[in-house]
Amino acid sequence: MQTFKRFKWWAVAIPVVAGFALMSTQCAKKPTSTVMTGSADKVYVAPGSYDDFYAFMSGGFSGQVSVYGLPSGRQLRVIPVFSQNAENGYGYNEETKPMLMTSYGFIPWDDAHHPKISQTNGIADGRWLFINGNNTPRIARVDLSRFETDEIIEIPNSGGNHASPFITMNTEYAVATTRFSVPIPQQDVAIADFAKRFKGTISFVKINPEGKMEIAFQILMPGINYDLAHAGKGPSHGWAFFTSYNSEKANTLLEVNASKNDKDFIAAVNWKKAEEYVAQGKAKTWPTKYYHNWMDHDTQSAKSEVIDQVKVLDPADCPGMIYYLPTPKSPHGVDIDPSGEYIVAGGKLASVIPVHSFSKMLKAIDDKAFDGDVDGIPVLKYDAVVAGEVANPGLGPLHTEFDGNGYAYTSAFISSEIVKWKLGTWEVVDRIPVYYSIGHLMIPGGDTMKPWGKYVIALNKVTKDRYLPTGPELTQSAQLIDITGSKMQMLLDFPTIGEPHYAQAIPADIITKNSLKFFDLTSNHHPYGIKSEAEAGVERKGHDVHVRMSTIRSHFKPDNIEGIKLGDTVYFHVTNLEQDWDVPHGFAVEGLGNSELLVMPGQTRTIAWTPTREGVFPFYCTDFCSALHQEMSGYIRVSGKNATIQLSSNSK
Amino acid sequence: MLAISLAGCEGSRNNSSWSTAKPGDPIVPALTIAEQKSAGLAPGAAMPATSEPAAPEIKSGRGVGPVDHVDISSLDATRAMKGAELFPVKCSACHKIEERYIGPALTGVTTRRQPEWILNMILNPENMIQQDPTAKALLAQFIAPMANQHLTREEAESILAFFLQHDSGQAAPAEAQTAPVTPPAQPASQH
Repeated sequence: MQTFKRFKWWAVAIPVVAGFALMSTQCAKKPTSTVMTGSADKVYVAPGSYDDFYAFMSGGFSGQVSVYGLPSGRQLRVIPVFSQNAENGYGYNEETKPMLMTSYGFIPWDDAHHPKISQTNGIADGRWLFINGNNTPRIARVDLSRFETDEIIEIPNSGGNHASPFITMNTEYAVATTRFSVPIPQQDVAIADFAKRFKGTISFVKINPEGKMEIAFQILMPGINYDLAHAGKGPSHGWAFFTSYNSEKANTLLEVNASKNDKDFIAAVNWKKAEEYVAQGKAKTWPTKYYHNWMDHDTQSAKSEVIDQVKVLDPADCPGMIYYLPTPKSPHGVDIDPSGEYIVAGGKLASVIPVHSFSKMLKAIDDKAFDGDVDGIPVLKYDAVVAGEVANPGLGPLHTEFDGNGYAYTSAFISSEIVKWKLGTWEVVDRIPVYYSIGHLMIPGGDTMKPWGKYVIALNKVTKDRYLPTGPELTQSAQLIDITGSKMQMLLDFPTIGEPHYAQAIPADIITKNSLKFFDLTSNHHPYGIKSEAEAGVERKGHDVHVRMSTIRSHFKPDNIEGIKLGDTVYFHVTNLEQDWDVPHGFAVEGLGNSELLVMPGQTRTIAWTPTREGVFPFYCTDFCSALHQEMSGYIRVSGKNATIQLSSNSK
Repeated sequence: MLAISLAGCEGSRNNSSWSTAKPGDPIVPALTIAEQKSAGLAPGAAMPATSEPAAPEIKSGRGVGPVDHVDISSLDATRAMKGAELFPVKCSACHKIEERYIGPALTGVTTRRQPEWILNMILNPENMIQQDPTAKALLAQFIAPMANQHLTREEAESILAFFLQHDSGQAAPAEAQTAPVTPPAQPASQH
């Protein structure tokens, strides 16, 4: 009863506030009307059974990636990517700290928006997950055999890396694009000089067969705001498409000032052409500075390199490399259908969804059907490239995914709904309300050449009354919708971490067959790693004390350490000697100023501790490891600066 | 002390067929399993009181796991040497030979258990401690579950060879490194 009352309040309030009469027919339904009998069966995964899909959701302002099982909506894991994670020591321990290094120094946080699973021949292959860091421009690569961040590359000459990473169909490139144009290279100029001095860039980050990233080249773009992207596929492979807004080049109150023009642009970039220009030496080498960090699996430790130059292409030197497709109005998402022919724009202020045709675009280029240019980039005629428009697509259309059966699904933020329409005829065939304010939506494989079109997930920005209240700060949410029938069927709500922007999903067996269960101890070449208790011990190097410590159920070796003096920093290098699945050990010592260690079997992790007072301090295993877990503990004695106690441990 | 530990380990085993072998026989060849076992039953063989508690009498079958049969005749001194190298890395965090540590002392283990049982305990401990009565009783005594260190069968057999060699009274190189409480020469001479 209470739920129904609350819902009615929203059913009235949203349309009244928004002022759209259209809404009242949408939301006047009871929420229960979309949840039909049998929904529970469709999401029930019996205890001990596995879900069919992994879903990887951006953690948004948490900086992380969350992993869910579908259809149950059970959260399986949070993978730390751009933010320190005291839960397992990521970004605190010595091995992973370099991963968060940037040209600004150590950055403990970012805003992560768009996960993308690596692809082979346009099909998600489950090797890696790429995700952008929006605030301090970066791209991360997560290894999906270990569910760990393997690499982060910083993007120089950028501001707000939003249209990223959106990889190409054989994972040749990830892209990175300025949401905020900035002076490039950065310099001290008047903000009022925006239109004159500010530029954008589109970066192409080459991904080698082992996954390693390298910035191949950047393209200097007119100073407008680039928003989202998708790479072409099939016939459009070799091209990538980027939406833009603020063709007005406003630098204040963009809410109004960037919403004046009827049309903004989709930039169509021929990256194979760009590669040719780079090969011909058309790129200029600019000095810059950015970090590239990666996990060295041999030593289980992240490494950083600082790179001091980047290749930059100027479109003025590179005819035929970029065209602008006029697109109404402040388009947000740009999504390519599985055939690679249709380029769907989410014109968030538009009354229709414009769909461009790739083949018409090529013809328009051949015919030179241009309508002027922007800073030398030809603008194609709208009528020469548009394939059709979806009428009545809901208010505030943002993003589109595809089911592989000829239908497209578009999220409508303002009217809080998903609209299903048919490719080719552009007719709307179904719509379903979502709760509330949907941003992205996701069909497993729904932006690839092979969607697994069983579900669509709504990724909602607002939950208000959908869950038990938790004070002013509420969860955001996902909603699982069955799309196997002619009518979409709401199955399940589940909360998410941070803000779920984009997401990806893939059949579970593609991932599980490569899943690592533990690290092979014999391949652990960490400089302070040990292979057996016999190698445990302590060593002084000036004011640094290195403790080579082992864990196995359920004891530390050594577990009595003496001879530490005030002024020392103690590095606990903890190697977990276990060689079995799901037997991590933890480590914490009283007064530890950063985070615990959580050490996977076969792994070595190091935490630094600088004691601040004399005494004898306990350390213990933080992860309940066996019936004798409470016994897994030890003592470290800290003496005064001038004490004569020799460093020792009971390690032999 | 001695009486208790003997009773705990071997004292109740009175099958006369087990008493044919002499202490110090070579591990290898022609001895039957029972004879191998009896090799550890050297008169007066000392077991430290800190090895398995006396309480439940433990006899083992072949255990639960991948090993139905092992031909111990192939486990020669070379294999035992390999086992002696593996023991400190894979086992010594929890086991010593001559004294109880986290798990039981391993001296005499080949006289208490079938070789197949030993391999299954190494290779399949999760199921052993749930299904095998001997392993269940050991878990109840020692509380710490036997860890699966994911050895290959070949590695496990090498460790078995090392145990067999030790229990037969031959040199046990790893012992010198891992159990300083007992002088290296003694385990060999005691059996």
